[in-house]
Amino acid sequence: MLGLNKKDTRFLLIVIALTLLTPIILQPFPEGSSLAQFNAGYPDLMQRFAIFGIFAIGFNILFGLTGYLSFGHAAFLGVGSYTVVWMYKLLDYNVIWGLPLAIITSGLFALLIGFVSLRRSGIYFSILTLAFAQMSYNLAYSVLTPITNGETGLQVYTDDVQILMGANEPQSPHFFGIVMRENFWVADIGAWEFTFNNGYYFSAVIAILAFYLSLRIFRSPFGLMLRAIKTNQTRLNYTGLNARPYTLAAFVISGMYAGLAGGLLAAMDPLAGAERMQWTASGEVVLMTILGGLGTMMGPVLGAGFIKYFENIFSKINEQVLRQWFGFLPDGLEGAVVWVAEYFVGSGWHLTSGLLFMLVVIFLPGGLVEGGQKLAGLFKRGKSDEDIDDPEHQPKQSPHVAE
Amino acid sequence: MDAILLQILNGLDKGSAYALIALGLTLIFGTLGVVNFAHGALFMIGAFCAVSLQRLLSLSFETVDPTRTDFLGNPLKVKTPYIESWFGPETGAAIIDWSVPLAILFSIPIMLLVGFIMERGLIKHFYKRPHADQILVTFGLAIVLQELVKHWFGANPIQTGAPEAFKGSFDFGVLLGFDPNLIIYPYWRMVYFGFAAVIVAAVFAFLQFTTFGMVVRAGMADRETVGLLGINIDKRFTIMFGLAAAVAGLAGVMYAPINSPNYHMGMDFLVLSFVVVVVGGMGSLPGAVLAGFMLGILESFASMNWIKSMIPGIDQIIIYLVAIAILLTRPRGLMGRKGVMED
Amino acid sequence: MSNSNFTRRGVLKSGAVAGAGVALPTIFTASSAAAYTNEPMGSSVTLGFNVPQSGPYADEGADELRAYQLAVEHLNGEGDGGMMNTFSSKALQGNGILGKKVEYVTGDTQTKSDAARASAKSMIEKDGAVMITGGSSSGVAIAVQGLCQEAGVIFMAGLTHSNDTTGKDKKANGFRHFFNAYMSGAALAPVLAARYGSDRKAYHLTADYTWGWTQEESIVASTEALGWETVNTVKTPLAATDFSSYITPVLQTDADVLVLNHYGGNMVNSLTNAVQFGLREKQVNGRNFEIVVPLFSRLMARGAGENIKGILGSTNWHWSLTDEGSQAFVKSFGTKYGFPPSQAAHTVYCQTLLYADACERAGTFNPCGVVEALEGFEFDGLGNGKTTYRADDHQCFKDVLVVRGKENPTSEFDLLEVVEVTPVEQVTYDPNHPMFAGGNLGACNEGA
Repeated sequence: MLGLNKKDTRFLLIVIALTLLTPIILQPFPEGSSLAQFNAGYPDLMQRFAIFGIFAIGFNILFGLTGYLSFGHAAFLGVGSYTVVWMYKLLDYNVIWGLPLAIITSGLFALLIGFVSLRRSGIYFSILTLAFAQMSYNLAYSVLTPITNGETGLQVYTDDVQILMGANEPQSPHFFGIVMRENFWVADIGAWEFTFNNGYYFSAVIAILAFYLSLRIFRSPFGLMLRAIKTNQTRLNYTGLNARPYTLAAFVISGMYAGLAGGLLAAMDPLAGAERMQWTASGEVVLMTILGGLGTMMGPVLGAGFIKYFENIFSKINEQVLRQWFGFLPDGLEGAVVWVAEYFVGSGWHLTSGLLFMLVVIFLPGGLVEGGQKLAGLFKRGKSDEDIDDPEHQPKQSPHVAE
Repeated sequence: MDAILLQILNGLDKGSAYALIALGLTLIFGTLGVVNFAHGALFMIGAFCAVSLQRLLSLSFETVDPTRTDFLGNPLKVKTPYIESWFGPETGAAIIDWSVPLAILFSIPIMLLVGFIMERGLIKHFYKRPHADQILVTFGLAIVLQELVKHWFGANPIQTGAPEAFKGSFDFGVLLGFDPNLIIYPYWRMVYFGFAAVIVAAVFAFLQFTTFGMVVRAGMADRETVGLLGINIDKRFTIMFGLAAAVAGLAGVMYAPINSPNYHMGMDFLVLSFVVVVVGGMGSLPGAVLAGFMLGILESFASMNWIKSMIPGIDQIIIYLVAIAILLTRPRGLMGRKGVMED
Repeated sequence: MSNSNFTRRGVLKSGAVAGAGVALPTIFTASSAAAYTNEPMGSSVTLGFNVPQSGPYADEGADELRAYQLAVEHLNGEGDGGMMNTFSSKALQGNGILGKKVEYVTGDTQTKSDAARASAKSMIEKDGAVMITGGSSSGVAIAVQGLCQEAGVIFMAGLTHSNDTTGKDKKANGFRHFFNAYMSGAALAPVLAARYGSDRKAYHLTADYTWGWTQEESIVASTEALGWETVNTVKTPLAATDFSSYITPVLQTDADVLVLNHYGGNMVNSLTNAVQFGLREKQVNGRNFEIVVPLFSRLMARGAGENIKGILGSTNWHWSLTDEGSQAFVKSFGTKYGFPPSQAAHTVYCQTLLYADACERAGTFNPCGVVEALEGFEFDGLGNGKTTYRADDHQCFKDVLVVRGKENPTSEFDLLEVVEVTPVEQVTYDPNHPMFAGGNLGACNEGA
């Protein structure tokens, strides 16, 4: 189906099902229970999962397949966001103008940076991309403020031209009248509440398309060529092939994914902050990819979800919440437990994520995906390793890549 | 002219910090083949060695002064450092005043220990792993270290002054025949530059003139062959890691009086130091030092007013611009060797 | 818009949980049960405290959180009541707000516009917060203020000093108690002129982002009006840590005052560097060279150590004030935490009380009701003397403190001394003043 073999089709269908059911899956605890703190099924976070998933999928096409480690992909994220917000300011709030343009501008930007940076390889390439991105960030924060609105972030003002603005048009981002921030259904089932948000499903559909496209790239002769570059570029050169056009194409494609993700961020929330271009943002997508499982299909998405979950859920657990949880303990013990726990939650959420990076990379060299496979392996005792389904299609193990 | 002279001095000073951090980073790169994203954190820990020693020396007991009140209207508790009551107020105060230079001695064993533990406990297991895994694990470690420091010392910068004797500045201009007070330079910054020069020289001499250094240099050039010769490279590499950590730590200790240490100062320097190392050329120690000073001086020049007015924002991007220019004209940086970290 | 934009979680917390036991699973779409975003339906109301918990301003964020916790205690009738006892409005009863117990959620802004908005959104969407407050930088305040306007909740700004917050970027749902860069200039300039003379030549170093620019503009305007000359204004990168290459050019000019439009770590480093280069001992034409830091923060001043001594600046509030309100607050805060509160703590405590009081007086949590109650509200007893929330731009107008780094501090907290309390008339400006022009308050938004 859709040019995929049976295994891939099944894989894609599972991904589609998981994506569409996210508002339910991420809301496992009833409202008002003390564990409701861990629910992640609210629109903003679900949107971020989908969007950073797209960002990481695209990054994986470059890093996972070719092995070229870009430390400047946040620049494309920022360019995508700025493009979309500028379209709001000039035309109107319909995202149909901004999003395609975001892909185009970030693609052009990526072409320029990629063309220069790909003249070098290894760490020299990484530093070149880093340098371009840091220049973009530093300038966006200061000198380019007329274009980027600097520190505050680019936003729409009531006196902006918005030449296409209709009389009854919604005053926030929408797709032909479907307003992104509205929920089309809030289901209360017993004590559970599930929020079905327009913006999330808009991003989710795009994420599924992006995932499908990336799956096709992984399986295509082009994808095979990219892997050959990773394996041994010198040998490839000896066969008379010039690798550069292929890597450049991969760089531009992943830049366009990043631009799309950036555009979607602005489509969900009409503000584009300069921090989106900072090296920490570039580093974040690198971490997402490695954490989830470099070169796997599902890994980067998992990594993205993992990091965003910690950032948004763990940072909100404060002393008051801890006292509620551990209130049943005797006073002295409660104090001690809360004192220890405070290192890891609230303002200590960075510490927890740092520790988890280390634990994952020490014990699961293949990232979270490998953890999943190990878990799956436990349930399928008796089967030998070769029999275990490989839904993640680790490139090293895929015998069917050339189909 | 005087403006340019001053900016060269500034550049040498900034360059000293860059060069010292890049030197340690290159040692680890070159000898162990490890991309160490926790190197900035080692610099930060060094600076906090100075803070800790200052706090240790200032440990105080409280006496109640009934004549004065604190902010709540209670009798004021006056703190007196133990050290002042042991050695008398003047000697005690002098010891506290000298806590940063003393921290050099204090920090060397600590940094060596931190380096050993890091290498034996963590880095060792990552020699054969892909660079991506090394980045993830050392970045995770850097976050953990800086969050722990934040938890104990808070997020605000902490004043850690130079000894009274090094306050004030030296009038260079008079020596060169300029008007007084035109070209002056703070004593401590001159000390920092001198200190950096000594450390750099010591590291080079160590690698150049000792058998140990010879083996390490050989290991940097061709690790496998040296291993085949039956030399225990691993043990030497542990010592190298400790040494690199100590260099980063000392850079941090001496930097504390220049800018008050805070918990994220390591991350601030991390990106820059990677740029410096790569511009210098992977695996080249002289390259790292040269690039450090060069970028420091160029950065200082770029912040001059007439240059800024010609090209707005140039001081924000100069380092990256230079890095791009150099990497495009010299494929392996200033002095890089072929084949190191190119794939 | 038949469906609510944002959830009405408050309803569920009490209502649905109680009903869950008996009712069969029922599914209903969101009807407009709530009159406005996150209308509190149960016995409690949730406030969102959005402060920097990581990044350079984390300590200020921590101090803000302490003050918020104190304010919540006082609102719920626990503790000694703090400034509720001295507050001129007596609408608050100590039984929560409108009889509902005050609960709160916290989040980390990371001092980044994006992260701050994400955090505020989760408070609104997930936790049902009806008011968002906090922050320690203007970029974040403006970004979150915009979000609250769109979502239909009230935003009570924390520490934000840029003119834009209640100028170009003002919003009907947003309120600022903190003073701003214009007020700093208006209060500081006369003191500077009186102490240093009216024929000084100033050299500005300015953090290269919007807050820095508005402060530079304000200080330049107010000092030039009194006869000062501005020799140069130089922008420094936010990421700069070593300011030596920006300080040395000062030596080559005939400037005799250095103005540091820096905040936080930038301020600590640039001031330390300036002192290192001997600027404090420098003489120009027989007069002492002077350094000015227009926006002081005691928490940050600690990082600069003794370099801060004798340096003039302005601040929103200081714990050494002797009025009844300040003393009550210092006592209450100091007893609980063991050290005096910072100006950030003070402003967010006031904001929480002012919000609660406005709800009580309006008889509703509806943002439009609250806006109406706060606009033009005059009050006293919160530590700054007689204060007005101006209706035109939602900026508080009150006396401004000019302070100086203390020469002989008695404790690690005793770093600043108040030099002058500038009366409110002197810092009041027209709502259409050019530095604040271009904004539009818009109409209040109640969401839903």
